[in-house]
This record gives sequence, C-alpha cells and structure tokens, in this order.
Amino acid sequence: MALLKMKFSQQRRVRLAQGLWLLSWLAVMCGAFIFCLGVYLKIELLRRDEVMEDTDIHAVPNLLMLVGLASIGANWVASRVCQDSLDASRFPRWKVLLLGWYAVAVLLCCLLLAVVVLSYALQGRLEESLKVGLRNGIRFYKDTDVPGRCFQKETIDRLQMEFRCCGNNNFKDWFEIQWVSNRYLDFTSQEVKDRIRSNVDGRYLLDGVPFSCCNPASPRPCLQNQLTDSRAHYNYEYQSEELNLYSRGCRQALTDYYMGLMNSTGPGVLSVILIQLSVLLSMRYLQTAVDGAMALESPEGESEGYILEKDVKATYAEVKAKALDLLKFAQVDPASEVAGAEEGEKAAEASAKAATTAA
Amino acid sequence: MPFLSLKFNLQKRVKLAQGLWMLYWLAVIVGIILFSLGIFFKIELRKRSEIMDNNESHLVPNLLILVGMLSCGLNAFGGKLCHDSLDPQKFSKMKPMLRPYMLLCCGFNVLLLLLVLLSFLMQFAVYLTLAEGLKNAIRFYKDTDTPGRCFMKRTLDMTQIEFRCCGNNNFRDWFEVQWISNRYLDMSNDVVKDRVLSNVEGKYLMDSVPFSCCNPGSPRPCIQHHLTNNSAHYDYDHRTEELNIWNRGCRQAVFSYYSGIMNSIGALLIFTIVLEAGDVAGLKYLSTALETMADPENPECESEGWLLEKGFKETLADLLSKVKTFGRANQVEEGGASPDADAT
Repeated sequence: MALLKMKFSQQRRVRLAQGLWLLSWLAVMCGAFIFCLGVYLKIELLRRDEVMEDTDIHAVPNLLMLVGLASIGANWVASRVCQDSLDASRFPRWKVLLLGWYAVAVLLCCLLLAVVVLSYALQGRLEESLKVGLRNGIRFYKDTDVPGRCFQKETIDRLQMEFRCCGNNNFKDWFEIQWVSNRYLDFTSQEVKDRIRSNVDGRYLLDGVPFSCCNPASPRPCLQNQLTDSRAHYNYEYQSEELNLYSRGCRQALTDYYMGLMNSTGPGVLSVILIQLSVLLSMRYLQTAVDGAMALESPEGESEGYILEKDVKATYAEVKAKALDLLKFAQVDPASEVAGAEEGEKAAEASAKAATTAA
Repeated sequence: MPFLSLKFNLQKRVKLAQGLWMLYWLAVIVGIILFSLGIFFKIELRKRSEIMDNNESHLVPNLLILVGMLSCGLNAFGGKLCHDSLDPQKFSKMKPMLRPYMLLCCGFNVLLLLLVLLSFLMQFAVYLTLAEGLKNAIRFYKDTDTPGRCFMKRTLDMTQIEFRCCGNNNFRDWFEVQWISNRYLDMSNDVVKDRVLSNVEGKYLMDSVPFSCCNPGSPRPCIQHHLTNNSAHYDYDHRTEELNIWNRGCRQAVFSYYSGIMNSIGALLIFTIVLEAGDVAGLKYLSTALETMADPENPECESEGWLLEKGFKETLADLLSKVKTFGRANQVEEGGASPDADAT
C-alpha cells in the first residue's frame, strides 16, 4: 500500500516535469535571495563590530549564506534532472544521485528552521555582547590619542546620532566615567582640581554628556552641561525635562534594530522552506512516475507515482532491517559458529535424554 | 539616389526585426528607470522643501515622470510593430500607422532634448532657492513655538548632521542671528542684558553655534560656545582649529547633492536620445525593406532599405518647398484658372 499514490498519464508526466523545472528555477532564485539576505545581515553586524564583544550572533548570517549557496546548487541539479526526465536514455544516470539529493534537500530545510530558531535564541547573547562592548566604548571615548582606540569617539558619536540613543542603559552612564581627556583640562584651574579630588580614582567626572546625545526635536537649544542642576539654566527642571536628550540607551536601540532585521526576514525564510519542500515532493513523484513508465511495455501509458513504496511503518521496518544488516556484517561468522556449537550441545542433550528414557 | 541605402535578403530582414524588437524592449526598461528616477527626485525635493522655502520648482521631476510613461508606451507599441512586421498580412494592416508613429517618435526625441537642457539649466534655480531658503531657516531656527515654523529647528539640525555642514556659507552665519528663543533667556541677568543692548535691533547675539554643527571626528569634545575667544578654552586657538565644527556651508553641501542627481538624470536622458534615434532609424530601414520587395508573394526575394528616399539635400529642399506652398494655399485658384483658360 503505497503512500499518497497518484496516477500519471504521459501528458501529466510532461506537465509535472515542466512545472517542476519552473519551480526549481524559482527555488534557485529563492536560494540566491537567502544568500543575499545572509550577506546583508553579516555586513550590518560587521559595521557595528566595534561595540560588540563577541561574534556568536554571526552564526545566523553565516548559516544563511551557506544554506543559500547549497540551495542554489541543489535546485540547479533538480532542474537538470527535470530536463532529462522525459528522455528514457538519459534519466537512469540520475537514479543514484537522487537519493543523495533528497537527503540534501531535507537537510537544507532543517538548517533553515534552525536559523529561525537561532535568531530568537541568540538574542540574550547579543545583548550581553553589546553591554560589554558599549561599556568599553564609553570608557575609551576620551582616548583619541591611544593607537587602536583613536576612532572610538567618532564611532560612539555616530552611533548615538544614528540610533538616537545615549549611553549604555541611559544618559547617566556618562556621569560615571571621565569622557574629557586630560589633554584638554586646565589643571591650574580650581574647578578642575576640586572635581578631581572629589572622587577616589582621581577622575574628572561631570554631570554632562557629549553633543551626540542631543535630541534635535527639542524646542530648546541643547543643554549638555550641569544637567542635574535645575538652577544652572533658566526655565529648566531636571526631573521633567524629556526632549532635551535621547532617553533610550544604545544597548536597547541596537538590540531592537537587529531583532527587527531578523524578524522581518522570518516570513521570507519560512516561504523558502515551503518552496523547497514542494520541490522535494514533486521530484519524488516525478521520479517514481517516470520509473514506473519506463518499466511498462508501452512507455506512453499510465504509471503510478507515490512518495513511499510501502506505508510508513513498513518502510521504517525495512530501513531498520537494512541498517541492522549493515551493522551485523562483520559479526556474521562468529555468531553462526556459536549457534552451531549450541545446536550440537542441544542435540547431544536430547540424544542423552532419549538414551536415559529408553534405558 | 536614396540616402544610406542597404540591401536586405530574408535572413537580414528577420535579423533586423529581431534586433529591433530587443532594442525597443530595452528602451521600455530605460523608460521605467526614467519614471522611477523622476519619482525619486520628486521625493528628495519634497523632503527638503522646508529649507528651500517651499518654493522649489518641480518642473524637472514632473516632466521626467511624464517622459518615462510616454517612453514605455511608445516603445512597447514599437516592439509590437516589429513583432508583426514579418507577417505580410499584419504588416499591410499596420502600414498606414507607420509614418505618424515615426513622426511621433521624432517629436518625443525633441522633448527629450529639451528635458536634457532643462536638467542642466535648472541647477541655477535650485542654487538660488537654496540660498534664500537656508537664510530664512537660520533666522527662524528659534521659532519652535510659532505655528508653521515649529519644525524648522529639527529640519535644520538634521540637515546639518546629515550633510556635515554648518550655516549657509559657513559657521559665522550663526553669529549674526539670535538662535536662542527669548523663552529660554533670563532677562534679569546682567550678561543677557549687556548682549541685548550691545546691538541696534536688541538681538541676543553670541559667537556660538548649535550642537548639530559639531564634527564627531574631532579628537576633542565639541566646543560650541565662545568660539572666537581663545582664552575661554584650555589649549584652543580658533584660527588653527579645523576639526571642531564642520567647515563647509550647507548651501554648497546640499547643492552638490542635488547637482549630482540632476547631472546623472541628464546623462541618462542623453543615452535615451541615442537609443530612441537608433530605434527610429532601424524601424525606417525595416519598413522600407518590407515595402520595396519586388515580388510580395515570394518572401525570399531581395529588397532595399533606406533612411531617406532622396538624398539629404533634396529632401531638405522638398520640405522647404512644401512649407512655402503651405502658406500660399489661398492663391492656388488664381494660378490654376489661367492654364485652364489657355487650354480651352
């Protein structure tokens, strides 16, 4: 009892081959789309490389690129098989390859599902990586004269302006570190000396933020310094001022951005999985229908196409038996020797019993 | 003596028709590109209309959209003509449409030429509109409570950040206007009163710039206030300081952006003119080759195709005489009466 049997006349076989050829070229386009998606995601992650501590999240675009390339190759092979399928002399050479092709196609679908799952699962790692990276970025903001860190200031400024965020969690992160380099501090000034002496580490701490935290939508020209002192500025109330600076932290902003990117690619990836599965099923039908037709006396007649020759349980039992056979191939001779010795013993016992009962 | 005539056998005619069909469809794709470029340019102008006083001219993008649509339609029809031309029945049905179609294509080419000239000349208009618009934008920067101008501050800040520029010509434009609203000035403060009294119009002028003028690439945290006072900041010399704020003026920066777009539109239009001219020439060759077949029943026969029936000078002379007789239509009867009288 075959699984999901269908009858195929010659015309239907030709239609199936043509339809599958078109579908496999569509699947090649989808593979190219997945590859480009992977490349785009990788470039976006690499652009912000400086504020990320580790590269675990790069698994998602790497996997996408790999699957995209493999999918292009596999579906191109499928289109070649379709072209040869109606030619009885050329089709048999593909027979061996097709089993491997099915395995590759199933693997690709599983990998695509894994990508979707990974993109949700790695969100926590991404946040951790951003937390550490941004903390370092803010700490090294002032080191524009240290080789290897001289562009940290520009990177953080551009990041804050582009993503409309300030600091790691919020703007108060800037109050806790010295972001003005000592080169620009006048150490003879009393104010500077007071600030440096006011904390254990001897750092120049301010309740001020860099200009890149300023929100252009504020109706008032940006207030950057003495933010916690309501009397330092006219008509300014520290607790109720909302529009002056960006209120979001950069870690939240970047995480939202990357999660948004990966979520928006979700539907695309799922539809590619569906297309790949339909190519797989149609290929199986075409293979069985053409094989059936070639076995008939009149190749133009009707044949049957199915997904599995027997039903699921019987196929599973067959596959299991074959696998066990392969495993037991090395152990066949000792097992038969032992069986032979046991039989001999049993025969001896039986004859001894017979002798005693007779006697 | 036909102008630039060529001999055609069946194979050459078929090749010409196929090649011309592909050229026409290439021209359709170019038409679609022109259409999308027109929409893109229109959107870019609308995005920044606030710094251009809402006064900018949309002539070039509107014409470009029209030209794109016309090009798609005309060239799709031309492709259909080529496709049908090798079938004698369909060709005889189409023959009367060929001449008006080719005249229409020539007219379209003239329109394209006009548009090329416009796209190069309108850049002057954009420059002048920008200059005026930016001057007003800087003046109205502080009016975030005036209806109709409340987003001027945000627009100008975003423009300065995006185009990496400061002020109209340079950053000193900010020294000449009051860009802090009176709502945020403590009028009882002596410093404020001094500044307001120091000029005729009673404006609060400073040697400072808004934060959007700051250059993130500067090694030093941005200095916005007291820019011309060296002693106000440690280790600062305003004459040699280059990286602190953007040096370029926004008029120059925004204009070079729009100028780039308009130059590429002009270049694409020139390419389209060449393509269209090639299409019309090819169609003329094809139609004359099909018309001059010695034996219409035999498709294998040879024929001749040309661009103009008589030589170039003769065609010009013909056209001129036609134009002259066109004006003398009313006087034909008088001249006609005398030969009749002579004949009788």
